[in-house]
Amino acid sequence: MTASATDTRAITLVVEQGIAVLTFDTPGTPVNTFTRSAQDELRAAFDQIQRDASIRGAVFISGKRDNFIAGADIEAFLEFTTAADAEKASRDGHAAFASIASGKPVVCAIHGGCLGGGTELALACHWRIVTDHVKTAISLPEVQLGLIPGAGGTQRLPQLVGLQAALDMILTGKTVRAKKALQLGLVDEMVHPSMLRRIAVQRALELADGTREREAKHRGAGEMLLDENPIGRAIVFRKAKEGVLAKTKGLYPAPLAALDAVAAGYSSDGDGYHTEARLFGELAMTPESRELVFLFFATTALKRDMGVDVVPLPAAIPINKLGIIGAGFMGAGIASVASPAGTIVRMKDADINRVAKGLASVREVMREKLVKKQVTRPQFDDLMLSVSGTTDYTGFGNVDMVIEAVFEDLQVKHQVVRELEAIVPDDTIIASNTSTIPITRIASASARPERVLGMHFFSPVHKMPLLDIITHAGNEPEVVVTAVQYGRKLGKTVIVVRDGPGFYCNRVLAPYVNAAGVLLDEGVAIDAIDDALTQFGFPVGPITLVDEVGLDIATKSGAIVAEAFGARMVPNESLQRVVKSGRLGRKGKRGFYLYDDEGKKGGVDQSVYELLPTGQKRHNVPSLRIVERCVYAMLNEAVLCLEDGILRTARDGDIGAVFGFGFPPFRGGPFRYIDQRGVAAVVATLDVLEREHPGRYRAAESLRTMAEQGERFYPATGKPV
Amino acid sequence: MSSHGSLHRVAIVTGVRTPFSRAGTLYKSLSAIELGRLCVAELMQRTNLNGSDVDAVVFGTVVQNIQAPNIAREVSLMPILPKGVDAWTVSRACASANQAIADAADQIALGHMDCVIAGGAESLSNVPILHSRAFADVLMAANKAKSITQKISAFSKMRPKDLVPVAPAISEPTTGETMGQSAEKMAKLNGITREEQDEFALRSHRLAAAGLRDGRLAAEMFPVYVPPRYEKIATTDNGVREDSTLEALAALKPVFDKRYGSVTAGNASPLTDGAGAVLLMSEDKAAALGYQPIGYIRSYASAALDPGEQLLQAPVLAAPKALARAGLTLRDLDLIEMHEAFAAQVLSNLRGFESRHWAERAGLSAPLGEVDRAKLNVMGGSLAIGHPFGATGARVTTTLCNELGRRGGQFGLLTVCAAGGLGFAMVIERA
Repeated sequence: MTASATDTRAITLVVEQGIAVLTFDTPGTPVNTFTRSAQDELRAAFDQIQRDASIRGAVFISGKRDNFIAGADIEAFLEFTTAADAEKASRDGHAAFASIASGKPVVCAIHGGCLGGGTELALACHWRIVTDHVKTAISLPEVQLGLIPGAGGTQRLPQLVGLQAALDMILTGKTVRAKKALQLGLVDEMVHPSMLRRIAVQRALELADGTREREAKHRGAGEMLLDENPIGRAIVFRKAKEGVLAKTKGLYPAPLAALDAVAAGYSSDGDGYHTEARLFGELAMTPESRELVFLFFATTALKRDMGVDVVPLPAAIPINKLGIIGAGFMGAGIASVASPAGTIVRMKDADINRVAKGLASVREVMREKLVKKQVTRPQFDDLMLSVSGTTDYTGFGNVDMVIEAVFEDLQVKHQVVRELEAIVPDDTIIASNTSTIPITRIASASARPERVLGMHFFSPVHKMPLLDIITHAGNEPEVVVTAVQYGRKLGKTVIVVRDGPGFYCNRVLAPYVNAAGVLLDEGVAIDAIDDALTQFGFPVGPITLVDEVGLDIATKSGAIVAEAFGARMVPNESLQRVVKSGRLGRKGKRGFYLYDDEGKKGGVDQSVYELLPTGQKRHNVPSLRIVERCVYAMLNEAVLCLEDGILRTARDGDIGAVFGFGFPPFRGGPFRYIDQRGVAAVVATLDVLEREHPGRYRAAESLRTMAEQGERFYPATGKPV
Repeated sequence: MSSHGSLHRVAIVTGVRTPFSRAGTLYKSLSAIELGRLCVAELMQRTNLNGSDVDAVVFGTVVQNIQAPNIAREVSLMPILPKGVDAWTVSRACASANQAIADAADQIALGHMDCVIAGGAESLSNVPILHSRAFADVLMAANKAKSITQKISAFSKMRPKDLVPVAPAISEPTTGETMGQSAEKMAKLNGITREEQDEFALRSHRLAAAGLRDGRLAAEMFPVYVPPRYEKIATTDNGVREDSTLEALAALKPVFDKRYGSVTAGNASPLTDGAGAVLLMSEDKAAALGYQPIGYIRSYASAALDPGEQLLQAPVLAAPKALARAGLTLRDLDLIEMHEAFAAQVLSNLRGFESRHWAERAGLSAPLGEVDRAKLNVMGGSLAIGHPFGATGARVTTTLCNELGRRGGQFGLLTVCAAGGLGFAMVIERA
């Protein structure tokens, strides 16, 4: 074999002591995926193992540093044009893994991430070893792409770990770490990475010699009772289905299909593998899966985008020490994600009691990590010691970046910027966590506006995945690149948007909430509006959203965009009346809904209706119409954001909407949704709505042009981004 | 080893400490290690120093954590410092932090290092309680036992009294004398009256209270937010009694000699928790990084005497040595910081400075002389502020440097007495 021929091969076979060691190492990529050619190579390698009488067994191992197999090649999914195509791919996988399972003993040696198809390969082997490394983690994340494991995962996993543990993995796609995998019986043993290969070869020899046999994991009595008989299993399936429906409201077909596939594996008449392949094929064609796969590609593409288009791309400045002004909920929240990212944090507030409160809320987040065993006690202590509080600017003399999270008042922000610039090094980046004030205006107080930008975190910071970076025309590219890089280090999905009233998220939310407000004025019930939009797929409806954000903040934010954009953003008066009645929403325990003393949400506060034009009289509007009026206002505004250059790409708008405020992921985002409905159809609907509510739904010019020219935001086929 | 001529001058860049809290109060839940870590982390913050500039952490503690005996290493393994920062722990009883500073200064003077954090920490709220020797033997035997029978047999040898834990006492291992008894003895030997002691204690509280009030003492400390809830915040030394009176002090009963004694809880330093640290650099490094040092180390010396004699009198021998090394006399000094373990000890030390007998023992032709009280412990001392054994030396050093600066003085002397009959002295110069 020549060197160049070796270079293109992903799988190499070496025989030692009669054991074939298959090393999977796709050239030129950081992780292994089952591309079509890798699948072919795998099949050929196992054919050779079965044919060659001198080979007695095999070891399957990865050549990558900290990755076993990242799963199927998702790009290949895009080539399926019919359910039959996808079903066939699943059947091919079944055949390949079945021949492994029924052949000579194969030991799977797992180090690093083992996902999807990688896990299914491991399941088909005869012995599984994991390393005790932090990067070693096993999962079946297919449901997150709107699919189910299609290479036997729904069949083999329950056999190995029992029904309940299998459903727990398959229905959520959650990751199982090495130690847990051993406890579950998902793997047979755990070793240090340095001995993985040697022990794997030894086990293959023992399996071939018949000196070792796999012992089924001993399960508890309760588990046996439920898993090992049809009545028990029926209970488990029913509970699981209830859980799925509660969580997905029935909007996601994949977990339900996964349940069917797993159940088929237990039925005496059905062929579980057949069911799995059929359902995989069907799911691959659903719009839900298509949009979730889009989000996968979009987030992957986003990770390579540094938010500026200059060449050459400036290098990001490492942020070793972060200053935070304001130890309130946002400031402390930012500290609680910065510390685990390895940053030293100095948090300033006006008095020691506020600082103490901030430290206490950081500790609460860290405590969660300790309880969940994500960190050890000494690591927890270090995470806390990384964050210190102050009431003056001591410790700010060597910060690489400062994020201010003080009161939303331009004068206060200006003062902070001026005070900071007297203390911090000249090249320190000053970021504002403002959600309403234009960055350009904040930067106007700065002596170095090129180093001032917005970093808009969402609350609660440690849970919300999105970070908006808001840039103004004068920003140095290095500053933007640094903020993007650091945001990613904090574990956030980062989009870069240009400065403008309401930025992106608040701007598109405003007409959406206003539409809900107009519906309220017409006499539509509060819960009818919220239910319609949660049924559409939003995590909460617009009225609940206002309660959550706080009525005062929602009004303030609404006023800013109304001032900037006029008619289409003018908030209706009833919201103002409700605010004036002293209701603040959840934080004040009084809003459109009732809250108990612990802040738990109850039903609609019927007395709110007294403040609305129709009083207690309710008027029914079909939920489809409610959705249309709220969502189309948002869709149109998103297009206007792209038109105005607030958004750099439609992709950013979709990701921002999904990760920022929970636009239904299975609908892909506003731009994907427009493509799905058809640009022309959306314009036509907007035109109808505009006639009914003049000024609020005037279709964006660019959208009208696209409709006329038959354009879309994303290509109709192939890789979306 | 470098010759004397090529030694580097050692700068004290700054010092910082936790507020000192009486044992069993605010820092009850914090170990000496945690106090030390908080203190060094704050020192790093206040100086805007980058961790990569630090060569070592030298720390002192007296009551060691048996599971983590090298407190310096536990402190240095903190997020703000690289793991490659060297660390060692020193022990010289109540002069441990002084020894840490001296060790650090030596490394800098020799040119081995140019940036070292030195200090100490103590938690007297968390002293280890030990098992009796007999019980320890039983546990060791049981641990070695191979069978259940052997294990049972090991435990069968145990007697109920073996289970009585051994509490650590502040007593001299060689003489069995507690520190209070030693102070009591020194009062008698040096003719220190109860009134003198109470007056000195009152002075300490009044001056400390003034120092806290006008911010001079507060300047050397940072607020400690006490986990886990952070509802308690230590902002001041909670042992200082502003409202103390001679009458109240006179009413206290002697503790160590109930009939003829004079040492009371009121004229002895209280059991205290706290930590202190100073940042030391070579003069060149400090200048290169743009720091204005609060002082420079001119000289230091230590001395020892028979602990059965006058346990806390060794500063009388150490101070003249340090002054001689500095080429200075008592008259050249602008300030003196003398650690106050007991009022009886301070007054005995001062009397020793004036005594021909102690001058002879120190090898001097004439006594050191009388200390001008206006220059002595001008913001009180350990009697009022408290005395976390391992940390006191760092506090005294910082206090001396800061006050020297405020007064525009040039030279200051600090002395610290320590268990085992040890004494330490250091001369600081301002510029």
